[in-house]
Amino acid sequence: MKARVTVTLKNGVLDPQGKAIESALHSLGIDGVASVRQGKVFDIVLDTADKAAAEAALKQAGEKLLANTVIENYKVDLVD
Amino acid sequence: MKSAVITFPGSNREQDVVKALAQATGKAPAAVWHADHDLPQGTDLVVLPGGFSYGDYLRCGAIAGRAPIMDAVRAHAARGGLVLGICNGFQILVESGLLPGILMRNADLRFVCRMQHLRVERNDTAFTSAYQAGQVVKVCIAHGEGNYIADDQTIARLEGEGRVAFRYCDAQGQRGGASNPNGSIHDIAGIYSDNCRVLGMMPHPENLIDSLVGGIDGRGLFASLGKAA
Repeated sequence: MKARVTVTLKNGVLDPQGKAIESALHSLGIDGVASVRQGKVFDIVLDTADKAAAEAALKQAGEKLLANTVIENYKVDLVD
Repeated sequence: MKSAVITFPGSNREQDVVKALAQATGKAPAAVWHADHDLPQGTDLVVLPGGFSYGDYLRCGAIAGRAPIMDAVRAHAARGGLVLGICNGFQILVESGLLPGILMRNADLRFVCRMQHLRVERNDTAFTSAYQAGQVVKVCIAHGEGNYIADDQTIARLEGEGRVAFRYCDAQGQRGGASNPNGSIHDIAGIYSDNCRVLGMMPHPENLIDSLVGGIDGRGLFASLGKAA
């Protein structure tokens, strides 16, 4: 089973990297960009076919390591 | 004073800490590897040194914060043992849950490496008794992620409980403007745990212990620790 965990900064947390990317997009002349927030994507292969077990493992992974929940949110998507 | 310095893959200032502790206490600290599960018997002080543990992968300090030895460090702290995290060591302390908040990318996105003045906020802790409260010291900083932030409640609690250890300032002790190198909230350079036995700080006192290399203002911290246990 495959999964994708997406980690994003919580609302209100300052994102200087996102800001720098935003201004780089502006300086490239790419129009219509209002704002950019940077995040991370983890593509994970699980050696189980049990959906519930996979979700439980990924929740642990998100909480314990992939996201720092002080400033980040994470979202788990099973791709199977 | 029995101290132990933990080395993670990518630590690079552990020998500087060893030198500073040996100079202050007359005893070389024990070297502990990140994959160990136990601290040496009778350890009073654990130091997490500066560097780039695990290449700063994922988030600075994130992987080191979950290394096997960190369970022993957490147990040591829970017993009231002394813990000092410098630079990457501070990042490891916040990632491991031993200190609140987090260190974000510097506000101007630049790695900053320079001399820096700090104000010692209080001198009634094991880390600062050799300084005066309000004393301005000159040490150095070298980091890309030192921009301390926490939620409003946590900041209010840290300030209310006197848990800010050091603040960035200029040579006269004035805060704000260019004297804040990274955008850190309230000019915070270092914070204590609620019992003031765990200290995390971004600046490097261990590099200012010899007048040959720029000053000796960092000695006070290690002298304080030498007296503490």
